[in-house]
Order: sequence, then structure tokens, then C-alpha cells
Amino acid sequence: MTSATATEPILFVDHLVARYGAIEALHGVTLRVMPGKIVCLIGANGAGKSTLLRTISGLLPAASGAINYTPDRTLQLHRTPAHKIVAAGVSHVPEGRGIFPNMSVRENLDLGAYLQSDRTKLESDRRRVFELFPRIRERQKQMAGTLSGGEQQMLAIGRALMSSPKLLLLDEPSLGLAPILVEQIFHVIRTINQQGTTVLLVEQNAHMALQIAHYAYVLETGNIALEGPAPEVRGNDQVRKAYLGED
Amino acid sequence: MSYFLQNLIIALNDGSSYALIALGYTMVYGVLRLINFAHGDVFMIGAFVGAYVARYLNPPTVGNPSPEQLIWHAVIGIVVAMMVCGAVGYVIERVAYRPLRRSPKLSALITAIGVSLLIEYLAQMKWTFAGQSFFGPDPMPYQPIAGSGESIAWFQNVLGISVVPKDLIVLATTFVTLVCLFVMVKYTKMGKAMRAVSQNYDAAKLMGINIDNVISFTFVLGSMLAAIGGCLWGLNRNQCTPLMGLIPGLKAFVAAVIGGIGNIPGAAAGGLALGLIETYVSSIQYHHSAILSPYKDAIAFLILILVLLLRPEGIFGKAVAEKV
Repeated sequence: MTSATATEPILFVDHLVARYGAIEALHGVTLRVMPGKIVCLIGANGAGKSTLLRTISGLLPAASGAINYTPDRTLQLHRTPAHKIVAAGVSHVPEGRGIFPNMSVRENLDLGAYLQSDRTKLESDRRRVFELFPRIRERQKQMAGTLSGGEQQMLAIGRALMSSPKLLLLDEPSLGLAPILVEQIFHVIRTINQQGTTVLLVEQNAHMALQIAHYAYVLETGNIALEGPAPEVRGNDQVRKAYLGED
Repeated sequence: MSYFLQNLIIALNDGSSYALIALGYTMVYGVLRLINFAHGDVFMIGAFVGAYVARYLNPPTVGNPSPEQLIWHAVIGIVVAMMVCGAVGYVIERVAYRPLRRSPKLSALITAIGVSLLIEYLAQMKWTFAGQSFFGPDPMPYQPIAGSGESIAWFQNVLGISVVPKDLIVLATTFVTLVCLFVMVKYTKMGKAMRAVSQNYDAAKLMGINIDNVISFTFVLGSMLAAIGGCLWGLNRNQCTPLMGLIPGLKAFVAAVIGGIGNIPGAAAGGLALGLIETYVSSIQYHHSAILSPYKDAIAFLILILVLLLRPEGIFGKAVAEKV
């Protein structure tokens, strides 16, 4: 899609302020995610990337500003409790994966489909997850806490897909994984996107994120420092020095 | 041998109530990271409600009921007590704990102690309703739901021990309750949601689980189990008093810690284990007197201290390493 055919954003974060107690973590962030795209958000540790995702999915209240989510009609996410945000089609894979360690892989996936009452749909969603992650199929009966880090990440993403999201929020999916697994995970993210899910990806691995993203934002200490189509951001001198380690 | 078996019956009787109360502590701790100190008082209310239902069904003026009637009275008494305590548990959570959801844990803990005292002192007042008085400081005799009863012949003849019908009611009720609970927690959607909330609060929200509903459900369920425990305790002790929840409540808390707080099978096992330990330690004879019997309660708390020192995650608790 070119910009001429672009429609309304599916997610519009408007001057969002978020704080932990007295400490303000986001100072008025504005960001748009177009439907069908992969948008990545890069930035250093503590820039507020995770805070932004946590505010979108309702884990953290917004202090001011607005988050409008428009799959077809607009829903004000900053006024919606977390469980209703999931029901509206936003699925968040949190930092640290957030799997349920003392439950089996299968039970983790079932919880991902907690709001799904249609059994046939649940089965087909599960098949889709198994196609994307054959390893998860093999480990169904195993306790999730005993999986390797890479498998846990696959489970976390698979579980998020069980709610058939329209918008998938991914927080550092590559964190702590071996390079070969990082390749695999990014490949799957691209596949998920091609199957029609919009993705908002938070990453420290700017190199990989900018390769698969259509559009990118750079977040610095709670403010958007730069934005643009991913190839442009990739070519930016500042970004190349600070985030890609090139001179 | 028969001495051993006779003590086993006593141990399982007490252990059943400990287990049923401990489950409530552990489940509430699981979803809310709160020790609900009012839980022992919900147990007390359950015992009273069971007693009133029994008195209503079988007034003292009427003779001893038949065994079939006995079982019916026990079942009806337990069910009514479960409903009343479920409602009480729901109200406690709604009124006392929910407003503190975002406050420091200490506020909730102090509130729990306050709720406990409130219930205990309210129950020591005499309440009159429709010419009938309820609660009050005097011990309320537990109507012979299962009375003293005749020892069942088979146990007497074959095993040489005395087992009265109420013993069977207690053991059967506990067994059925535990099986139902485990099936519920393992296989139902609400059971999975409860476990999810106890393992990762934020992730549970991200699954679309309405945490408030799960917490309410857990309080209602825990209070219902306490009601069952209260009725069974009343059957065993033949009376109930407004402060009866205090010591069993604390001991059940010990049982929950022994089993690993937050661990559901652990709490059931911890309760039964505590009943066994208490009974067998008290039964140790020296020069024909049970010398340790007066220290029964002290032993329970000694076990608590030992568990906390040696194995703080509980005997059945396992520290699962989370990979990062």
C-alpha cells in the first residue's frame, strides 16, 4: 500500500502521558499505526517503550492524552479496562513473556483463547499456532516453566494469537535469544503480519526490527525523537550511530 | 493397632476441617497475595448457620432422627451454611478489600484483622429475629445432626474401633468436596483463570480475564469451603461459640503454610497432615497419661516455625525457576 491509499490508523496514540507514581515515563507521545502494517518502536532501555505498550493494553492507566483504537468503530482504550481491550482485538505479548509457568503449554494456549466461546474457531486458531510454531505442538503437555527461553517466547506469541487479534503488541520478542532463534521469531512476525494482523513491535534489536517494519518510531526518554518509513529511519545518521552501531 | 486406627479417625475428623479452611486461605492468597484473617470467622458463621438449620429441622422437643433423616439434615445444613458464608465472603471482599486493591499490602492485611474482630464481636452480641435469638456469647449446642449415634457394628466387630455415623458424614463430605474442587480448578474455565491470576496477575489480564470477577469467585468459593469445615467441626465438637474460628483458623493457616501457601493440593494435604500430627503427638503415652496432649496447639505453631525456618516454600510447594 502506498500513502495515497492509506486509510485511517487502526491505533492513534494522542499526546499520551503515563506515570509510575510521581515519575512521568511518557511525556505526551503521539503515534499512529496503520492497519496491516508492522510499526516498530525502537529506543534505549528506559525510554518508555514498554510503558507505552502497557498503557495501550490497559495494564497502566493513562495520566492524560488519548488512545483511540479503530478496527471499525472507535474505542477509547484509555477508558477501557484491560480485559475488554483484549475482547476488542488487541493482544499484548508482555516483556518477559508472561507465560504461566506451572501450567502446561496446552493450558497456556487455552487461556489465550479465554474469551473465545466458539470451539471450531479455537481449534483452527490452535492449528494456526502449531503451523507457525511446530515446536509448541511437540511440547503441548510440558509445563510451560520448563521450556527454553526461545520456546517460551514462541508460546507467548502463540498464546496471544489464540484471541485472533487485529492488533498485536510485541514487547522485545528477541530479548535474550540466540541469533538463530531471533531470525526465526522475526520470520514468524512477518508471516503473522502477512496473514492480516497489524503489529506494533517494541525492540532493542533495531537492526532486525527495521528490516521487517514498514514504519518506525524512535523513542527517547519519554518523547518521540524521530519517525518515518523504516528505510528512511534506517538511513538516518543519528539512528545509525546510536542504535545500529555503524559509523 | 485398633488404638492407631481409632486415632486415625480422630485425626481425619480434625484434619478435614483444617484442610477445608486452609484451602480458602491458600486460594485467596493465590489470587490476591493477602492472608484473609477473617476467614476463621467465616468458618464460625458456617458452624452457627449449620447449627440453626439443624435445630430448625429437628427441634429439641422431637426425638432422635433416623439415620436417613440425619444425612438429609447434614446435607441441608451444609448447603445453607455454604450459601450464607458465600454471601458473607462476597460482601467482605467487596466492602473491605476491593477498595484497597491499589493500596499497599499492609493496609489490606490490617483491614483483614479489623474485619475478623468486627465479625467476632458482632457474633458475641445477642441478635433477636422473629422471636428467636441468634449468636450471642453462650456456647450454642450443636443439635444432634448425627448425635452421638451408635457405633457402626462393622467397624466395632472387624476393626475394633468406634466409628459413629457423623464420622462417615465428615469423611465423605470432605472427600467429595476435595474431588469436586480439584476437578473444578483443573478443568473449568474459572479454575484455569484462578490459576492464571495466581501465577501472573498482569498476564492474566492480557488473556481477557476479568480479575475482579475471579477474585470475587475465589472469596465465595473459599468461604463456602470454610462453611463446610465449620459444619463438620460443629459435628465433632457438639457446640459452637463466637470465638471458635480463632484457633482452627490459625491452625488452618499453619496448614496452608505447611503445604506451601498458594498451593491448592498442598493446603488440603497440609490440613490433613496437621490433623494427623496433632492427634498422634497428643496420643503419646507416658506412664499411662498423654503427657503432650495439653501442648496440642503449641505443637501446631512449632511446626509453623520449623517449616518457615527449614522450608519456607512449604513441604509440597516447589520453587519453579522462571526463565528470563
